[in-house]
Amino acid sequence: MAAGAVSLDRVTIAYPNGYEAVTAADLAVGEGEFVSLVGPTGCGKSTLLNAAAGLIAPAAGEVRIFGAPLQGLNRQAGYLFQQDALMPWKNAADNVAIGLEAAGVPRKDALDRAHVWLTRVGLKNFGDRYPHQLSGGQKKRVAMAQMLIRDPKILLMDEPFGPLDAQTRQIMGNLLLDLWAADRKALIFVTHDLEEAIALSDRVIIMSSGPKARIIGDHRIDLPRPRNALDIRLDPRFHEIQQSIWAQLRAEVIKAYGDAA
Amino acid sequence: MIARPTLLSLQILVAVVLIGIWYIGSSVPIFGTYFLPKFFFSTPQDVFWRIVKMFSGTTIWKHIGITLTETMLAFVIGSVGGVVFGFWFARKPLVAAVFDPYIKMANALPRVVLAPIFMLWLGLGIWSKVALGVTLVFFIVFFNVYQGVKEVSPVVLANARMLGLNERQLFRHVYWPSALSWMFSSLHTSVGFALVGAVVGEYLGAAAGLGYLIHEAEGVFDVTGVFAGMSILAAFVLIVDAVVTQIEKALLVWRPEATQKN
Repeated sequence: MAAGAVSLDRVTIAYPNGYEAVTAADLAVGEGEFVSLVGPTGCGKSTLLNAAAGLIAPAAGEVRIFGAPLQGLNRQAGYLFQQDALMPWKNAADNVAIGLEAAGVPRKDALDRAHVWLTRVGLKNFGDRYPHQLSGGQKKRVAMAQMLIRDPKILLMDEPFGPLDAQTRQIMGNLLLDLWAADRKALIFVTHDLEEAIALSDRVIIMSSGPKARIIGDHRIDLPRPRNALDIRLDPRFHEIQQSIWAQLRAEVIKAYGDAA
Repeated sequence: MIARPTLLSLQILVAVVLIGIWYIGSSVPIFGTYFLPKFFFSTPQDVFWRIVKMFSGTTIWKHIGITLTETMLAFVIGSVGGVVFGFWFARKPLVAAVFDPYIKMANALPRVVLAPIFMLWLGLGIWSKVALGVTLVFFIVFFNVYQGVKEVSPVVLANARMLGLNERQLFRHVYWPSALSWMFSSLHTSVGFALVGAVVGEYLGAAAGLGYLIHEAEGVFDVTGVFAGMSILAAFVLIVDAVVTQIEKALLVWRPEATQKN
């Protein structure tokens, strides 16, 4: 593997109240690699992602971005949140343009490029809509454009399609694959949906149930690209991979629910 | 949802019934007595003609103008102060913690007791009324802006940070709009309180304004004058409120509630 876009070196994350969410996680994501983090609810996969984003500082271990230790926010990363993160007081075009405006691009240029991006995510004439006038899937499309317009070198996604219905999820998965394939960036995708992870990723990382969650599996997905997130699920190879990973994940899911109950 | 014409006719019906009872009680003798003696209750027709008479002169406009000026000044000064302090307190938890008991104390104090002091300090002109209104408006705006800045969604904030916004840009694109939306949601209340401050101030000591008119009429047991003044004041409030609603609609287009009302 090359220098690696993101590397986590024995990263431990603890909260001020002493709760240790993740213990000694090692993870290396190469440039242009699509990696999914999969684990049962509450296993700390989002926590690990936030460490890569610089939103949380690890208690021990080190996060390196293109070889350099990460301090403060990860300026090279774009982040796609699970919840609505659009500014409700800005319309779609302004929401997409804000990242460029913040970087000093003149407003008119920023808006022009925002419209290009809105078109690219399939929302050509939605620029003047406010977030509350958009459906869940449309809001996610705006959020993707908002993230991608800044051309970040690393993409971090925290169960971005979690709140969407099943069909919309698959359509969004395809859109994501198309956008990602256009200029392959390092991408870490957190999800609890194993099928989604396999359909999209190059590698699927399995985490154990929390607290003190660990990385317990690293599976390479050798399905051919370009893929179609809908059709790939019918591929016999898809089922083989799914069954072999599921055997491992199943035990952790049962453990997580057992602890909760 | 009730159809608009039905609603409107029902609303008018309430007025007609109330004024009808007032009219019968004050103007039609039942068993030789009036249930609502003229001296205490006046009559609807007297009040109506008094209002007509008031508006046939020009002085009434002066009084309305004074009250409006006081209301607007109290609203603007109180809002600016509330926004500035609301932001400051929300962004500096230490300041908020230190001043917390004092803010609560000041807010719990009935503001009417301050009116004589303001009169002493600022005289009988408009500024003592403005000051009273400011003390009312300030706290409403202050608490709303404070809340608005505090309750900015952490996700929206984290997202804005990840998009590269610095502190100044966060202020402009995140904190400020959030605080403004909270402030505007209290616009009706704060404008109402600005008016209360003005009228109560005039009532307690002034040479002009709607509150002064009412007070003057009360001083000579002129019930007709009191009711006429109150009616004009009520109409005035309705008009101010309608204007505020329009402003609100224009400024909060992005809010789901604002759109549904359209």
